[in-house]
Amino acid sequence: MDSLSISHLNFSYDQKKILSDITLELESGVFTGIIGPNGSGKTTFAKLISKLLKAEKKTVYLNQQDINDIKIADLAKSMAMVPQASSINYDLTVYEVILMGRTPHLKRFQRESEADFNIVKEVMIETDTWAFKDRLIHQLSGGERQRVIIARALAQEPKVLILDEPVTYLDIHHQLQVMSLIKTLSSTRQMTIIMILHDLNYALKYCDHVILLSDGEVFKYGKPNDVVTIDHIRSVYNIDVNIIDHPVTKKPMVVF
Amino acid sequence: MIRDKKKHFLIIGLMIALGFSIIFACTIGPEKIPFMHSMKLLLSKIPGIKELISLEGVSESHGRILYVVRIPRILGATLVGMALAGAGVVFQGVLRNPLAEPYVLGISSGAAFGATLMIVLGVSFTVLGLTAVSVGAFIGAIATMYIVYNIARVGMKSSITTLLLSGIAVSFLLSSMVSLMIALNRDQVEKIVFWTMGSLSSVKMSHVEVVYIPILLCVAVFLFFSRDLNVMLLGEESATSMGIDVVVLRKILLVTASVATAFSVSISGIIGFVGLIVPHAMRLIVGPNHKYLTPASILAGAIFLILSDTIARTIIAPGQLPLGVITAIIGAPYFIYLLYRNNNISRG
Repeated sequence: MDSLSISHLNFSYDQKKILSDITLELESGVFTGIIGPNGSGKTTFAKLISKLLKAEKKTVYLNQQDINDIKIADLAKSMAMVPQASSINYDLTVYEVILMGRTPHLKRFQRESEADFNIVKEVMIETDTWAFKDRLIHQLSGGERQRVIIARALAQEPKVLILDEPVTYLDIHHQLQVMSLIKTLSSTRQMTIIMILHDLNYALKYCDHVILLSDGEVFKYGKPNDVVTIDHIRSVYNIDVNIIDHPVTKKPMVVF
Repeated sequence: MIRDKKKHFLIIGLMIALGFSIIFACTIGPEKIPFMHSMKLLLSKIPGIKELISLEGVSESHGRILYVVRIPRILGATLVGMALAGAGVVFQGVLRNPLAEPYVLGISSGAAFGATLMIVLGVSFTVLGLTAVSVGAFIGAIATMYIVYNIARVGMKSSITTLLLSGIAVSFLLSSMVSLMIALNRDQVEKIVFWTMGSLSSVKMSHVEVVYIPILLCVAVFLFFSRDLNVMLLGEESATSMGIDVVVLRKILLVTASVATAFSVSISGIIGFVGLIVPHAMRLIVGPNHKYLTPASILAGAIFLILSDTIARTIIAPGQLPLGVITAIIGAPYFIYLLYRNNNISRG
């Protein structure tokens, strides 16, 4: 199975330390949320484990293999990334964009086969994007576009999916839609999911594990209920909150 | 934008149109050569077909005019058009900037500087059939490219912006040096200005023989990376996560496009507009998918330049107009029309 292990990961931009000494095991098939204040290093962490930024040798391992030793083209067959709010200002159709997700599995002059088209159709139905497959990407609403970007990542058939704040710019309806889609994927496809989140309640509700980052260090890593606590939030975010039981589901939730 | 099936036909159509443009351009000139004669003369040079062609009734002088005067120039236009339009597509795709074109990184001013220096110094020699001015232009272009990339590499960080800015800075510096040389050598003004406005009037078969292999190789590279260029449209981060090594890809494509531009500039001078507008015009017709956009632009670039050059050499015959002027005069209104039509579509 596909596990990620990170050992003593450090990163700096121009002398400024962004991440220091991060050591974590991310198990396969688990939905892990990353929370933490702005500037705590969440995005940098996501970029390092997906090779968008270069990590030091022997710090990030995918299935015991140093990702520095995995070619970008090979990594893309098992890992996909949904970057923060990406805009595409070209007249590409939804279908064309999602089909590009098959790129890592194609040889240079190989055309997409029936199997590729089937995979694309399947993920499009799963993400509810098939209905507008011929529309142009820049004519979509924010929620539709985000689902297209997620579908494109799924078309890669990744075993590890990394998402950087996929719901931040969506309305509440689409936020819930995207969150439950990802939750379903993690169980139906046994996918390892790593998602950066701002909403603590989503972390409580959807994630199996939560990483709380503070100033580039792992403040706490564990089950959501053990990470998102009144004390931890006070020390990391410097605010006082209450955690109550949801009136219907009886699950804990953060109120301000 | 048109549908995928039609795009295939459009590309086949452009190939046929290119063949016709070549033959058509052969017929036109001070000496009219009938269409069928031109076709026969052209085909009789192609191995495998030439045995089937009878040149009976085709005058010998027509043959000489065609082979010595017109064909080198038409082939030159074809190659330069392909190189510039193809490089334009690549620059726009890789730099993700709609204003990018083959000359954006200072290659044109580098070439102009090298050529002007040769003209001013009065150097005269031939290497591999290329004149001193062509060699100067080529070296100027390649050296500028090298300098611009190295300036951009020092800053690193947002390398595309740095690359564009260092291109502009070097370009301004070299242009002003060209102006300085013009100011100090007024007797050579006409020659220099004519060169910087672009012309195919001095293209010989020996030039074509030197540039055709490198230019066609570069064009093959442009086509080879069509899928990668598509993925780049989704943004650098997405492209990386889809398995594209963006840094390496950018390096390969920018260098190839620059080399193609340098070769074309060395035989034709600076022909503006083709590398900027042809890709945009094709994007309005076939859309941004490079699988269609790259071949369509390469073919359209060649056709456009052949037709423009035919006008440049015939309209005030026996005089010649600078080719760069013609490309802009025909190209700009057509492009404005395409923009206008497309706006209406998206509004309506």
